[in-house]
Amino acid sequence: MLIPVLFGVSIVIFIALRVIPGDVAATILGTDATPETLAQLRKNFGLDLPIYEQYLQWIGGVLTGDFGESMRTGKEVLPDILDRFAITFELTILAAIISWIIAIPMGILAGIKRNSKTDFSVRVISLLGVSVPNFALATVLILVLSLSFSYSPPVGYVGFWEDPIRNLQILFLPALVMGTSMAGAVMRMTRSSILEILRQDFIRTIRAKGAKEKIVIFDHALKNAMIPILTIIGLQVGVLLGGTVIIEQIFSLPGLGQLVLTGINQRDFTVVQGAVLFIAFVFVLINLLVDLLYSYLDPRITYK
Amino acid sequence: MKAFMQSLKNDKVGFIGFIGILLVVIVAILAPVIAPHSPSEIFNEHILQGPNAQFLFGTDELGRDIFSRVVFGAQVSLQVSLTAVGIGAIGGLVLGLISGYFQGKIDQIIMRVMDVFFAFPDILLALTIIAVLGPSLTNTMIAIGIVFIPVFTRLVRSAVMSVKENEYLTSAVAVGVHPLKIIAKHVTPNIMAPFIVQVTLALSGAILTEAALSFLGLGVQPPDPSWGVMLNASRAYMEFAPWTILFPVTAIVMTILCFNLLGDSLRDLLDPKLKS
Repeated sequence: MLIPVLFGVSIVIFIALRVIPGDVAATILGTDATPETLAQLRKNFGLDLPIYEQYLQWIGGVLTGDFGESMRTGKEVLPDILDRFAITFELTILAAIISWIIAIPMGILAGIKRNSKTDFSVRVISLLGVSVPNFALATVLILVLSLSFSYSPPVGYVGFWEDPIRNLQILFLPALVMGTSMAGAVMRMTRSSILEILRQDFIRTIRAKGAKEKIVIFDHALKNAMIPILTIIGLQVGVLLGGTVIIEQIFSLPGLGQLVLTGINQRDFTVVQGAVLFIAFVFVLINLLVDLLYSYLDPRITYK
Repeated sequence: MKAFMQSLKNDKVGFIGFIGILLVVIVAILAPVIAPHSPSEIFNEHILQGPNAQFLFGTDELGRDIFSRVVFGAQVSLQVSLTAVGIGAIGGLVLGLISGYFQGKIDQIIMRVMDVFFAFPDILLALTIIAVLGPSLTNTMIAIGIVFIPVFTRLVRSAVMSVKENEYLTSAVAVGVHPLKIIAKHVTPNIMAPFIVQVTLALSGAILTEAALSFLGLGVQPPDPSWGVMLNASRAYMEFAPWTILFPVTAIVMTILCFNLLGDSLRDLLDPKLKS
């Protein structure tokens, strides 16, 4: 399933970028390029070949780990994608962890204490979380920090292995923004799945047997509620991956999202198609992992 | 419909959302009447002025009236979201009906294509489509619309498949009613509940995506007054002119919030599972 989808993605992205109006060679060389140099550049990029041959060449390279070279810088695309993915991945993971820390306990609490003040506040917070776009939150947060503490986000990026503390300092604010944005959805899902499970007969039976409330919640309700929660977490990681495009732009982080955005602005086909295919690959892989986790958590679900 | 409005009235939260949306719609329609100035009119002597009697929400870096821009921005937001959701919902409805009703090979083909589109994170798919079409108001609507098609297709398909199990449909097929008539008269009305809920939630999603794309400079293009464009432009001045971002942010958040409030209430109202 994974492989046909990725082939589909590669075809869609490749054809899409080829039907963009305008000549890449002309955009790169500017207006005073001679027809000969234009033709030469097109030949270098293989743009003079029929589109299916261009695709076969590219996908053949991709399968052997060669994503081609940037049309702008001439640098190899794959190493650049991997370097930048490290940043995006770290940001996504940090954001996901922050959102779980906030959302899962609050969601459980709201589900257990239905219709209480806690429940009400959690619902308001989660609704706000779902309704405030991450770029709006980021902008307002930067504004508030700058006005009240004269704090501004650190400039320049440092890799985790170079200076872990500085690296975390740089990534904390963007991760916090993305994490709180995501927390709303996870909180809602946690609350509603806990509510759903607590209504079921087996919970009544366990309670009737005199089990402590702690055991009812943690050993039975939570374990069964994990499947819908996992679904939303899997989906949200995908949303996070997409969301990094904006957050990386706001916080000037050199991640994969920023690579795609500059690639689009500069019409750098090889970079855009490589990076998008890579993101789709990671996205599909995460969904697969979530599916596999399901069958671990619920043995009734099996995959052929 | 009457009973529906009555139950919506009883649900305070949903009602607030409904009133909020109504307000945004009225503001958008009456924008030329409500706004004191044109959204692109430049007042050279009033650059980056705080809120005052003449400029209710202050002025921006070019000396334009922020209140008028926010009001006209509502027009842009609603226009984009209605058109985009229209494209996504109609496209998804047609594909989902075909897929779910006829099943077999055609279903396989449609769903595999949808799988490919599902493999892109939303914003990335929208960005790629914009890269192909070029940034503009129309292309923003098309891009967001295409992003929504797979979501609606999957929803409609599964709703159709569960409706198909009903006996009244089997009997309609048995007495030889034309498939198109069955789809129009028996299937479509019965899948409307989840469809409408999805439409409401998609509307808020569309407003959010439009603002995000415009914020990145790849959506609505200046000088058109989109809330996302305003937010992005004012980032450079926000520290000494906070009002330039405060009002567009409030507009975005409030509008999305109202759609979500209504969407949640509709889901509770229309989902028979939650009724008890």
